[in-house]
Amino acid sequence: MPLTRLTLRDFRNHAATRLDGLAMFNVLVGENGAGKTNVLEALSLLAPGRGLRRAQPAEMAARHGDGSFAVAVEMEHGEVVLGTHTQPAAPGRRLVRINGALGPAARLAEWLSLTWLTPAMDRLFAESAGNRRRFLDRLVLARLPGHAQTSARYENALRERNRLLADDREPDPAWLEALESQLAETGAAIAAARADLVADLGAVLETLPEQPFARPSLAYASDTPIDAEALRAALRQGRRRDRAAGRTLTGPHRDDLAVRLAAKDAPAADCSTGEQKAMLIAIVLAHAQLTAGPRPRLLLLDEIAAHLDPLRRAALYERLAASGAQVWMTGTEPAPFAEIAGEAALWHVHDGVVTR
Amino acid sequence: MASQEIEALASALARLPGLGPRSARRAVLWLIKRRESALPQLLAALDTVRQNLVECRTCGNVDTTDPCGICADPRRDARALCVVEDVADLWALDRARLFTGRYHVLGGRLSALEGVRPEDLTIARLLERVQAGGIDEVVLAMNATLEGQTTAHYIAERLEDLPVRVTQLAHGLPVGGELDYMDEGTLAQALRARRPV
Ligand SMILES: [Zn+2]
Repeated sequence: MPLTRLTLRDFRNHAATRLDGLAMFNVLVGENGAGKTNVLEALSLLAPGRGLRRAQPAEMAARHGDGSFAVAVEMEHGEVVLGTHTQPAAPGRRLVRINGALGPAARLAEWLSLTWLTPAMDRLFAESAGNRRRFLDRLVLARLPGHAQTSARYENALRERNRLLADDREPDPAWLEALESQLAETGAAIAAARADLVADLGAVLETLPEQPFARPSLAYASDTPIDAEALRAALRQGRRRDRAAGRTLTGPHRDDLAVRLAAKDAPAADCSTGEQKAMLIAIVLAHAQLTAGPRPRLLLLDEIAAHLDPLRRAALYERLAASGAQVWMTGTEPAPFAEIAGEAALWHVHDGVVTR
Repeated sequence: MASQEIEALASALARLPGLGPRSARRAVLWLIKRRESALPQLLAALDTVRQNLVECRTCGNVDTTDPCGICADPRRDARALCVVEDVADLWALDRARLFTGRYHVLGGRLSALEGVRPEDLTIARLLERVQAGGIDEVVLAMNATLEGQTTAHYIAERLEDLPVRVTQLAHGLPVGGELDYMDEGTLAQALRARRPV
């Protein structure tokens, strides 16, 4: 069992929540606002990044607590403990603790791989490319823990270069050179990792039928050279243009995940809401199949099951069960989960209190 | 409510790196309790530092003499120069007694976002030292952070046309590290820096 226990303290509307006896399927049922998604959000903090709501740590602390919160999970029956918390004196700074020792959040990815789908992602294909890059990076991270560090280093170098370019003074060429060489190294690695993942996902999706989940075809839309030397040359060449724009116009921070509905060969953004959602599920399921490996995997599916017809729902459960991932799902009613009632742990959530 | 004197001391101590207001107040209480035993020693030590410590105008080290003990030591290899970000890095390297040459302290690292520019560091003085001749090798010993490595690249670039060998500390596996536990970034560095055995 990937996770065996989850505890929340002063996390959003959960004053003290403890979930023991977790199963491969964990279902949280309750009214809107009861605190189901908060449990998924707490779990999502056990991956590098800002979690599934992209909220600030201070917003996550319970209103009636001391301003801090704590989330912890146990794996392998307490042998491994991952946690994240804030302190009352510094509610904006989230700390990560792995087996009792504080460490960088990027390390979490070495222990757990996490993917999620939320209603907020329903419009992912029609939204800005930034959200799709984040989605893609989360998928990459699930199999390449170092991707978080590479990305952080890239972002850092990018901010430095943009600041130099936006300066009134003419930027120092040797300084630009120094930053570009690091941008090239990390940027090429990021582009290569994303392209690899998209290719591998595509190969898995190829093998799937058109139904019941509309099959997407994926492409990594990128002008970024995957070779560091070529990216470095492109950055050097683009200096004048970038200086005029006040920011860097070449690199993986400009790339996109292009998704089309295979059957109609239409851009995903032009498809129906139902088709878009089905394609997202197909991607996440293909990814779950792809990343089967030594690290425990968690799939957080917020409000997914209720919106599927019985046929798709049955197919979803079947594929989830085969994926080997621990699955967390939410819903307002227990009925859609009847088919997996035998193997699932069902929790009722009411006003921040969770009962079995 | 503590007296003005105590508050003044506590707020002065709170500014020390790694201390903060709470630890500072605890330190003040500790000192007050040991007014007769520990405080005179501390005062004497502080006064010695104030009167005797100077920054070496050659390398930027802090010592009781200028030039510092390292710069003045004739047994040190004048042909090798190790460039570090801060005095603390110099001390860390010199504690190990592995490097027999001399040092150059930059006084920080390049950071566009924090407004630290090349002219805020002692890079011009480093170039002068190298241009003056007599140095065969410059060892860049910057931190493996983005800013540290940017600074190293920058200095390497500026030294390019001068007749010195520029080397850099290796990045890769830590001593005692297990491959299984390394992130891909560290492994990639270690692979790039591989050498014949
Ligand atoms: Zn000196």
